Amino acid sequence: MNREEGIVLKRRYRVERLMKALVAFGTLLAFLVLLLVLVYALVQGVGALNPDFFLQDMRPPGERGGGLRQAIVGTLIVDSLGLLIALPFGLAAGILLAEYPDHPINPYLRLLSDTLNGMPAILFGLLAFVLVVKPMGGFSGLSGAFALGFLMIPILARSTEGVLSLVPKEIREAGLALGLPRWRVILSLVLPAARSGLITGTLLAFARAAGEAAPLLFTAFGNPFLELNPFKPMDTLPLRLFNFAISPYEDWHRQAWAAGLVLFALIALTSLLARWASRRF
Amino acid sequence: MVTEALDVHMESRRLVVRYGQRVGVGLGGGVTLPIYRHKITALIGPSGCGKTTFLRALNRMHDLTPIAKVDGEVLLDGENIYAPGVDPVLVRRRVGMVFQKPTAFPTLSIYDNVAAGLKLVGVRDKARLDEAVEKALRAAALWDEVKDRLRTPASSLSGGQQQRLTIARALAVGPEVLLMDEPTASLDPISTQAIEDLLLSLKDHVTIVIVTHNMQQAARISDFTAFFLNGEMVEFGPTENLFTKPKDPRTEAYITGRFG
Amino acid sequence: MRWLYTHFGDRIFAFILLLLATGVMALALLMAYELYRGGSPVLHGFGLLGFALDTQWDPVRGKFGAWPYILGTLIVSLSALFLSFFPALATAIFVAEYAPKWLAQIINFLLDLMAAVPSVVYGLWGIFVLAPWLRDKVQLPLYFWASEHAPALLPLLGVPTGYGLMSAILILASMVVPYTAALARDAIALVPKEHREAAYALGATHWEVLRLAILPLARGGILAGAFLALGRAVGETMAVTMVIGNSHKLPYTIFGGAATMPSVIANEFTEAVEDLHLSALIAVGFLLFLVAMLVNFTAAYVLRRQERLVKGAL
Repeated sequence: MNREEGIVLKRRYRVERLMKALVAFGTLLAFLVLLLVLVYALVQGVGALNPDFFLQDMRPPGERGGGLRQAIVGTLIVDSLGLLIALPFGLAAGILLAEYPDHPINPYLRLLSDTLNGMPAILFGLLAFVLVVKPMGGFSGLSGAFALGFLMIPILARSTEGVLSLVPKEIREAGLALGLPRWRVILSLVLPAARSGLITGTLLAFARAAGEAAPLLFTAFGNPFLELNPFKPMDTLPLRLFNFAISPYEDWHRQAWAAGLVLFALIALTSLLARWASRRF
Repeated sequence: MVTEALDVHMESRRLVVRYGQRVGVGLGGGVTLPIYRHKITALIGPSGCGKTTFLRALNRMHDLTPIAKVDGEVLLDGENIYAPGVDPVLVRRRVGMVFQKPTAFPTLSIYDNVAAGLKLVGVRDKARLDEAVEKALRAAALWDEVKDRLRTPASSLSGGQQQRLTIARALAVGPEVLLMDEPTASLDPISTQAIEDLLLSLKDHVTIVIVTHNMQQAARISDFTAFFLNGEMVEFGPTENLFTKPKDPRTEAYITGRFG
Repeated sequence: MRWLYTHFGDRIFAFILLLLATGVMALALLMAYELYRGGSPVLHGFGLLGFALDTQWDPVRGKFGAWPYILGTLIVSLSALFLSFFPALATAIFVAEYAPKWLAQIINFLLDLMAAVPSVVYGLWGIFVLAPWLRDKVQLPLYFWASEHAPALLPLLGVPTGYGLMSAILILASMVVPYTAALARDAIALVPKEHREAAYALGATHWEVLRLAILPLARGGILAGAFLALGRAVGETMAVTMVIGNSHKLPYTIFGGAATMPSVIANEFTEAVEDLHLSALIAVGFLLFLVAMLVNFTAAYVLRRQERLVKGAL
């Protein structure tokens, strides 16, 4: 190695170190806000968390205490109803795409399902407003469930197609060789073989919808009181958090942080459950 | 026949490459093998015999695989390339490598592919680059085919042309040794012929080590041949001797086609 | 029930699947159709282009032009994409190339988490932490400096309230990082190992291998990730609505309030009493649908080209 090359090599290693430092710095930068958000939600939210938060409904500003029971219950009801609406459609689309690869409608189904997947959440709210709220004559938990259901359908379709395509084709061939009809093979062999993936996909769709406020603004609308009738407006955590956050009251701001923490915990828990399910089943 | 003095260019001494606990090359005492200057040495053997693993130890490619562990020595002009303080980047600059599949950088032009190694070591002078690119492309017998389209992407070349391009790319930095891992395995017979001719023309300037599963190829172009089996080197000698009067019965079995 | 086990059973099953799948397809078509229909009073009244390019949005006087929201969406989402691109690419490179396995797993988990944290939680942090901090530590000092030394800049800066374009862009940039990062990471991991080794065999350092062999081959995936992030940014509603200040007065300033297509829908929809106002908001939704579709199709197109490039590379 001559002198000139030695100098160049030193410079190359300087560039190498510089790029490595830049990459590490960029990575830190990428997670800075996430970590700050988590720390603040934890610090600010923990103070307002107590049993009442889960057991009592919200109070008007100025009255201390109270909780967000109505929003927690509402989130569970609206999100679960939405999942019920979405599951048959999402599963069917996923099964069709994965198990009937030559079906003539698949190119269109995939195109339109992908289109839905890329749509902003608020547009699902607009669609549910036009299709459900207007004909029913008012805001309701059910219309919110439809909005969330619409949102979950393409997510479920994609995850279902993904996990079914991972099922070894020997399983299908074994079933067909036994003389089982195709529908029995799919329902009794393929879907059970993919059940951990299906559960994971479902939980992740549920978690995604649980955090959405935009599609519910003009469907579920929100409600300061506990409401179990899905034909009436219902509260959800993201909606309540939004309303509290833009309100001028300090008590409500504290509750908003607590709602943020609970919402985050709910979503982290569902995600962890999903990871656990993908190993357990 | 004029006998010229043989000069050892590289040498592996008790070289052992391990993947995890049991698998590897040279587990029974290591591989010791001389590689003579400006000769073509062929490594042959059935697939999985460790010839490629051995080849990759000669320019420290195993450094890129965390689970691979190399023991023993590889001497390049008498200096151990695995000695502490030796920079693998510099080793690879002196010991170039060509792979089984043509790995032209598809987004770079033909010219930039060949110039890539030189640009790395800081050559910026246009005239010098032009000269080196032309020299390397001529040496790789590709110049006439591409001289009018040096600026087109390398992906526009055929498989055989791309393989010669990667040879030109390796030659451009002026390596002393060129390692070739089945360079014709994915090529058609005509391209294979072109590469073989090319290797014969290169050996006046470069020491070549070639891994091949094709015994005829080894017999056609190599001066020395090493036969590998089950991770050990069974026999090494002048190609003619090894193919006509093998000393080891396993070598004989292989070259007469009884296995592998 | 024996008949279910004949060819007939299979046909019924396929028919049920088809029926439900048709529902999925109908949903996408319905979205386009209903948004268009709901917005048609305004779209017909002003014309699609007239509506999109008019700068006046005044529900009281029945004037509706969507340009302030289109402009706001473009500024916010493109700036956010620009800001997020370097950290996202760095994260992808770090995970795929530099990080030890345990750290890569943690970072991948954090990327998933970043995409899963609800928009309203980011918005909450934006309202109470980011915006006040920006106002006190960045905007006010800049404002005072400008008013003394460069008064010409003041109209460009606007009123330093903290709630406005600047906060929205920063929040959004940190939210869309995982989309670019995940696709770029996958694209880097899919570069054939022969190309990586070929660059190493030339005597390249790790960074030079990235520059020569890996990043050029992964560029399509990186680009597709950027488009996907752009798609997310365009449609992001809650966090943006909470910090952007919701003002549609043009011209926008750096500190001052602005509005985007999703944010105006979120803000005004429940308060819209006039039919025309409601229709205008749905028409904005229709425009948003078109923009989102365009961005996502571009991402899909780029990704398909990338797959061909990688396949062709060997």
